[in-house]
Amino acid sequence: MSGPPSGSAPLDLRPSSSRLGERVIMKGLLLAGSVSILTTLAIVFILLEEGLRFFASVSVVDFFTDTAWRPFGDPESEAFRVGILPLINGTLLVTAIAMIVAIPLGLGAAAYLSEYAPERIRRKIKPSLEVLAGVPTVVLGYFALTFVTPLIRTVFPEGTIQIFNALSAGIVVGIMVVPTVASLAEDAMSAVPNGLRQAAYGMGATRSTVVRKVVAPAALSGIVSAIILGMGRAIGETMIVAIAAGNLPTMTLNPGDQVQTMTGYIVQAVGGEASRGSLTYQSIFAVGIVLFTMTFSLNLLAQRFVRRFREVYE
Amino acid sequence: MSLLSTPETTVKDMAAALVAPRSRSVRERAFELTLLVMTLFALVVLVVLLVDILVDGFARLDLAFLTSYSSRNPDETGIRTGLTGTLSLMVLTALFSFPLGIAAAIYLEVFAPDNRFTRLMQVNIANLAGVPSVVYGLLASAVFVYILGFGRVLLSGVMALTLLILPVIIVASREAIRAVPPSIMNGALALGATPWQATYKQVLPVAMPGVFTGTILALSRAVGETAPILVAGAVFSRRADNVPWRIFEPFGAVPIQIYDFVKRPQEAFQTEAAAAAIIVLMSVLLLMNTTAITLRNRYRQRL
Repeated sequence: MSGPPSGSAPLDLRPSSSRLGERVIMKGLLLAGSVSILTTLAIVFILLEEGLRFFASVSVVDFFTDTAWRPFGDPESEAFRVGILPLINGTLLVTAIAMIVAIPLGLGAAAYLSEYAPERIRRKIKPSLEVLAGVPTVVLGYFALTFVTPLIRTVFPEGTIQIFNALSAGIVVGIMVVPTVASLAEDAMSAVPNGLRQAAYGMGATRSTVVRKVVAPAALSGIVSAIILGMGRAIGETMIVAIAAGNLPTMTLNPGDQVQTMTGYIVQAVGGEASRGSLTYQSIFAVGIVLFTMTFSLNLLAQRFVRRFREVYE
Repeated sequence: MSLLSTPETTVKDMAAALVAPRSRSVRERAFELTLLVMTLFALVVLVVLLVDILVDGFARLDLAFLTSYSSRNPDETGIRTGLTGTLSLMVLTALFSFPLGIAAAIYLEVFAPDNRFTRLMQVNIANLAGVPSVVYGLLASAVFVYILGFGRVLLSGVMALTLLILPVIIVASREAIRAVPPSIMNGALALGATPWQATYKQVLPVAMPGVFTGTILALSRAVGETAPILVAGAVFSRRADNVPWRIFEPFGAVPIQIYDFVKRPQEAFQTEAAAAAIIVLMSVLLLMNTTAITLRNRYRQRL
């Protein structure tokens, strides 16, 4: 993804073929390449199309300020409320817990792998982290609900942690994010030129000082981008929260409470077979707009940071 | 895009070992130990997770569990719906995503002019990889289920998964194509092959194992996905098998059944049946990953 395509194609191959068949093939290849752009456009289009219908009946101000989320049943009734704040609250609470877990573990692993681990150990640990990254999230959800939740319920005083809670989901989402943060942060740390380390050693710095005072600051933009991308993953994670966090939209900062995230709501509402044209179905897409906007801007932000550290060292 | 690529750091290792001999200070050792513990923590969790699942589900796993449709009785329930659904999804998703992915990769890596549109395509592919998978479900639900009118059927699920893993396949295939020495392309061109002939007959065969590896790894991600197909209309249970050639039928999948089991209040569902289904799912993934890694290793030896 860095820079224009090059390397394998040193010659300009485009104008050299005048055969009709080849030109047709080229068009076909271009078309296949365009599918990804069409996908993005389609995502934006359908979110806006269904979302705008939703905002034809619900005011944007209410949507972003009302503190109750009960988008089921008759839209005319008193009980029907569509304020997304509880869902954003749930998402951010779970994400915050996840990042409290993932940042130290991910950066610690990155620093160890990049600065300490002998090649032999690195070669064992990295594939294992890849295995962790490959565990389906529904499996992690099962683990959160049937292992982590009972565990934390015995650790904390009785009654403080509900069966479905943000804490358990957040911890497991954090574990899920560790490989992402670790791998990207390690790339950034490994890209720090060796001269910097050697200069520090030459001045008598110890290894831990070099890691903390030289490598970490030098790799900072890469580390920040790793954290931002990890955060994007946590916000978009669906199955762990759908299984372990519950489905009660709550305005709360208590990790022991049941919450619902934006992704959790999407799954719940679709499971209820909301029919197209209903306000409930449209509300899924309104939530989708907020979810997509948040993760997309985090992505763009992360890319900006990555570009900065690439510019410096590559 | 392999998540954890191996950077060339051996030289750095040696240099560090030369200038920074192992410190004996307690603080230095404690710092290193802390980092090691942090590194191992996630892996310990992984081991606990695997053991927990084996303990919970192994006893429940038998042939009848694989060949029975789901039932309200936890002792009689099975994942036949999910298994046939997952296999059908896998075959069809491969069928759609592989040609599209490799064509896009060839275009971007070999033929794409260096202009704004190409750069947009690249940035876009990187961004798509960060879109939450549930959003692909929304896309499939709106476009394939409703606008195109397929309904909540196998094809809609396949489309959700295809669009989801396409960026992954494109990135992996580009890496595989880039790894082919340019001399192969140039040699073919020098002998009078057209650009497409040189690409198709010379470069692609060399890149193919890498492309396959990337595709299989991407497919294994698709097989484990729950949210996108759930939103695209997958069903928890049906008393019929899915086959790849009936694309307009309702469909199930193993992850969907796991989700269904986990949500039920009875322990026999929530832990035992769910864990047994997880063992099946993880075995399928293990098989796919082993295949991919075997391919990758064989390919490395040849280059």
